[in-house]
Amino acid sequence: MTNHWNDYQHSDVIMAIGGNTAENHPVSMKWIEKAREEKGAKLICVDPRYCRTAAVSDLHVPIRPGTNSAFLGYLLHYALENGKYHEEYVKYYTNATYLINEDYSFDDVEGVFSGIEEDPERNAHSYDQSSWQYQRDDNGNIRTDPDMENPNCVFQIMKEFYKKYNKQNISEVTGCPQDKLEEAAELFCSTGEASKAGNILYAMGITQFTHGAQNVRGIAVLQLLLGNMGIAGGGVNAQRGQSNVQGATDMAILYHIIPGYMGTPQEALHPTRQEYKDVETPESGWWTETPKYIDSLLKAFYGNNASMDEAYSYLPKLDGKDHSHIAMYKMMSEGKVKGMICWADNPAVSGPTAGDKRDYQKKLDWLVSVDVVENETAAFWKGPGMDPSEIDTEVFMLPAAAAYERDGTKANSGRWIQWQWKAQEAPGDAKSDLQIVYEMFKKLQEKYQSEGGTFPEPIAKMAWVEHYADDHDEDKVDLDKVCRMVNGRYYTANGPGEQVENFVGLEEDGSTACGNWLYCGYYNDPDNPACKNREREKEGIGAHPGWGFAWPLNRRIVYNRASADPDGNPWNPDAPVIWWDGEDWVGNDVPDIPGGWNFDKATDMPFIMLPEGRGRLFSFGVNDAPLPIHYEPAESPVQNVLYPQAKHNPVSQVFYPDQLGDAEEFPYIMTTYRVSEHYQSGALTRNMPWLNELMPELFIEMDEDLAEEKGISNGDTVAITSKRLKDNDKEIKAKACVTNRIKPYKVNGKTIHVVGLPFHWGFKGLATGDVANDLSPSIGDPNTTIPEFKAFLCDLRRVE
Amino acid sequence: MTKAMLIDTSKCMGCRGCQVACKQWNKLPAEDTTFSGSYENPPQYSANTWMRVVFNEYEDENGIQWRLAKEGCMHCNDAACMQVCPSGAIERTELGAVRIDQNKCIGCNYCVRMCPFNVMGFDREQSVARKCTFCYDRLVNGYEPACVTACTTDAIKYGERSDLLNLAYERMSELQENGNSKAQVYGDEEVGGAGVIYVLEDAPEKYHLPEDPRVPWHARVWNSLFRPLRVLVIIAIAFGLWSNFSRSKKIQEQKKKAQ
Repeated sequence: MTNHWNDYQHSDVIMAIGGNTAENHPVSMKWIEKAREEKGAKLICVDPRYCRTAAVSDLHVPIRPGTNSAFLGYLLHYALENGKYHEEYVKYYTNATYLINEDYSFDDVEGVFSGIEEDPERNAHSYDQSSWQYQRDDNGNIRTDPDMENPNCVFQIMKEFYKKYNKQNISEVTGCPQDKLEEAAELFCSTGEASKAGNILYAMGITQFTHGAQNVRGIAVLQLLLGNMGIAGGGVNAQRGQSNVQGATDMAILYHIIPGYMGTPQEALHPTRQEYKDVETPESGWWTETPKYIDSLLKAFYGNNASMDEAYSYLPKLDGKDHSHIAMYKMMSEGKVKGMICWADNPAVSGPTAGDKRDYQKKLDWLVSVDVVENETAAFWKGPGMDPSEIDTEVFMLPAAAAYERDGTKANSGRWIQWQWKAQEAPGDAKSDLQIVYEMFKKLQEKYQSEGGTFPEPIAKMAWVEHYADDHDEDKVDLDKVCRMVNGRYYTANGPGEQVENFVGLEEDGSTACGNWLYCGYYNDPDNPACKNREREKEGIGAHPGWGFAWPLNRRIVYNRASADPDGNPWNPDAPVIWWDGEDWVGNDVPDIPGGWNFDKATDMPFIMLPEGRGRLFSFGVNDAPLPIHYEPAESPVQNVLYPQAKHNPVSQVFYPDQLGDAEEFPYIMTTYRVSEHYQSGALTRNMPWLNELMPELFIEMDEDLAEEKGISNGDTVAITSKRLKDNDKEIKAKACVTNRIKPYKVNGKTIHVVGLPFHWGFKGLATGDVANDLSPSIGDPNTTIPEFKAFLCDLRRVE
Repeated sequence: MTKAMLIDTSKCMGCRGCQVACKQWNKLPAEDTTFSGSYENPPQYSANTWMRVVFNEYEDENGIQWRLAKEGCMHCNDAACMQVCPSGAIERTELGAVRIDQNKCIGCNYCVRMCPFNVMGFDREQSVARKCTFCYDRLVNGYEPACVTACTTDAIKYGERSDLLNLAYERMSELQENGNSKAQVYGDEEVGGAGVIYVLEDAPEKYHLPEDPRVPWHARVWNSLFRPLRVLVIIAIAFGLWSNFSRSKKIQEQKKKAQ
C-alpha cells in the first residue's frame, strides 16, 4: 500500500473494488467503521456479487467479472468531463502537462497503440514503446504545455482517449445500470476536492486478469487525477493476502526482481556488473542510488570471498523469457525440470488449470515440499485419477514450523515491519523455514566445496556460514545475524561490523553489505531494533512512527510531498502529513524528500522514484498500454463494446492456444474467490474442525434464473466443466448455492449468467472437495503473468 | 445494575469469529455439517452449538439485502426456561447471565421446548440442557464474553445495560438519519427486558427473530400452578412412602403375632 491500514480512518470515500474487504480482511473494517463514525465516510463496494463487503457498504455497484477496467475508465471519463480532477495537483504533480511523441497514436477499432509488433515466440504481440516517450528539447529536457491545451500533451490525449468510456458504453460493457454508475462516480469523484480524501482498496479481483496491470493503472491514474496520492486517507491500497506476502515480495521471492525491487540481472542486458549499473541506473529520481544497493547486496551474498565483479558474475542471469508459474509448469510438462522445491505453497490447488499441473508433476525426478501439513502438491501422486505405480517422483516432506512457532518479522500490507515473538515451540521435528533453508544450503555448499562441479563458485563461495552460523553450533542459524545483514552492516577485511543506520549510509565501494536496502533501518540497533518498537503515538494522524518500522525509512505515507500544495501548505489542514515551516519540512511523517533537495526540487518531483518525478498518468512503464484500457478477458462471451475488433490483451503470452474456450460451448462466466472461513488452498483451515463446521463443502453460487433454467435447487449437486476439463472428459462437482446476491448481466442485449466458486477445497485434509482451479485457464497478465482466475467460461448441469 | 450485551448488526459482516471463539472457549466439539444452501452452519442450536450467525438474504424496495447477525440465548429478564424448570436449575445472575446449573438439571427438556427463541440444546448422553452461558466463567474473572473479545468491528459489546441501551438508541437514530427508516432496537422491553440487545436494520423477522417473543402461556401456567404443586407432590410422595412403610411394618408385626 502507499498508505496503511490505520490511515483508512481519514478517508471521506472508500472504494473497495476487486477486493472483498469484509470477507478477507475483516479486521481492517474497524478502521473503515471509524471513518464512517467520525467523518461520515461512505463505503462503495464494486463487485459482481453482493458479497459480505456489499452487505456493510453504502453503495454496491455490480459489474460483470472482467470489466473493472471499463468501470475505472468511466470514472476517469467522469472526472475529466465534469472537471472533478484536482487541477492544481494534476498540473504540478503529474505528467499531465508533458508532451508525448507526435508519432503516438491509437487505433480504436483494433484497440491497440502505435508501436505494436508481432511476437510469434510468445504467441502474442509486444510494443516498441518509442512513440510513447516524452518529447524533449535539444537539451534533453521534457517539453511541456503548462496550460494543458496542446493536443499532444498527456492531459488532452487522456481526454480524447476516455471520451468513449461514457455512461452508455460502460453500462453496456459492465451490465451495470447507468444511474448506479453515475452515483458511484459522483460519490467517488467528490474526493477530487483539495481537502477530501478518496481511498481505493483492491486485491485479486483487480489483478488476476490478463489486463490486471491495466486495472491497477486505472486505480493509480484515477487517484492521481483526484489528488489522492500522498495524502492521509488516500492512496492506492493493495490488501495483501498472506501475513507476510509483503515481506516475501520485498525479499524478492518472484523471479524477475532481486531484494528491494531491483531487476534481476539479464544475460542480454547486463552481462557485467558495470553494465547492470549503466542500464539500471536512471538520470534522476531515487533509483540513481541503484549502484550502492546492488554492490551492498553482492557484499551481503559473497562477503570477502570474491571481488565485486566476480560476485556479480555468480548471480544467475535471466534469458529474457517468462519463468513464472505458468511457464515453469509448462517446462515441467516438457520434461525440462528435474526437481522442484515447493516451499509453503500449494499450486496443485491454487494454481491455474490445477489438474494439468498435478499431471505435469509426474515428470519430476524429485519434489521437496516444505509445509506444516501434507498438502495436495506433495500428495499429488495419490490424488484423484493418479496411479502411484506409474509415478517415479521421489517426494520429500520437510515439516515446517507454523508462523507462530518461530520468531521473526512480518511486513504487513502497509509496509510496517513488525517483529513477532513465537507463541510456542514447533512440534516434533518441525523447524523454522530459516533453519531449513540454512541447513539445506549449507549441505549443498559443502558438496560443491568438496566435490566441485561445472561452475561451483556461485554456491561454494557464498558467505553463508561466516555470516549466519550460530556462534556455538555451526549447524544452527542465528536469526539475529540474519536480521543484522538484511538491515545492512559496515564491512571490512575482517568481515561484517557495525549496523548501518539507514539506506542513505549504503555505499558503492564494498564498505557496506546489505541484504535489502529497503529494510535498512529496521534492525539498526540489534539490542533494541526498530521492528520491535511498540510505542503508540500520543497525537498525530494514526501513523504511530514508534510502532515497528515501515519501509522506506519508517515513512508511513509514501509520496507525501504531494500532501501539501506547491507552497508547502497541507491540502487538508485537519489531517496534515508534512508541511513547510519556512525553513524545513516538518509534520506527522518522514518527508518523502531526499536530503539535500531544496524546496523547488522537492516540489517539482514529489514522485521521487521516477526519473521525471511526476505521477505518470500516461506511462511507458508497463508493457501493454500507456493508458489504462479495457480489454475483455481471454475467455469472454462478448466482443469488446469499445473496440469492435479487439481481442483480449494482445501482449499476454498465449501458452496454450488450444485451451481457450468460447461461449458457444461454455456459456457462463465463472469467477473464483475466497470465503472468510477458509484460507487459500485450505491446507491449514480444512484441518480445523470448527472451520469445516462452518464451511464444510465446495459450493457454487448461481443466480435464481439460471438455477430455474437448469432445474437446480439449493443444495443440489452440480457438475461444472471448462475447456480445460471438457477436452479430457473431466468435470468437477459442487453443491448449488442458489442466491439472489448474483444477478444476470445484460451485455449487448444478451443475458449472461455469472457463477462463482471459492477455491479453497482439495483432496487432502479433514474436509475435502474438488479443486475449483482445475477449471481456470493458464494465461495471464503480460507484465506479471498473474493468471486470469477471476473471469473465464464454464458450463454446468445438475447431477442426478 | 445489571450487565448486558449489545449486538449492532449494522457493523456485523458475518465473519463468524464470534462463533468460532464460542466453540473454542467452551471446548465444544465441531458438528458434522453439509452445505445445505446457505452460509449458515450448523443448521440448528444443539448441546454443542450455543450460538449461530444468521445469514438471511432477500430483496426489498432498496434492492438486495443480506442480514447478518449473531444469535443465541437472549438471557431474558422474564426467562421462560427459568420459569418452567422443575428443579430450579436455572437462575439469573447479577452479571446478566441466565445460567443452567448442570448439577441440578434433571434433563426434563421443558426449557428447551419453552424457549421463545428456540436457542437451547439438549445433550442426550448427559441428559442435560445446554446453552450460552454468557461466558460466566470469564465474567467472574473480569473478562468479557469470548464473542465480544473476538468481534473485529466491535459490533458486539458487553457492559452496563443502561449504557448499552443508550448506545443502541443513538445508533438507531444515526441509521435512521442516514436514510434507513426501518432501523430499530430489539430486546429493550421484550421478554421483560433481554440481556442481549440488538440494533437491527430491518424488522426482527428479517433476522429470523420472533417479532413479539413471549413466555408461552402454558409455561406461566406451569410456573404459577404446578410448580408450587410439586411441593405438594413431594409431600404426597413422602406421605405415601411413609404410610407404605408404616403399613408394611404393621403387617410384619401382625404376621409375627400370628406365628
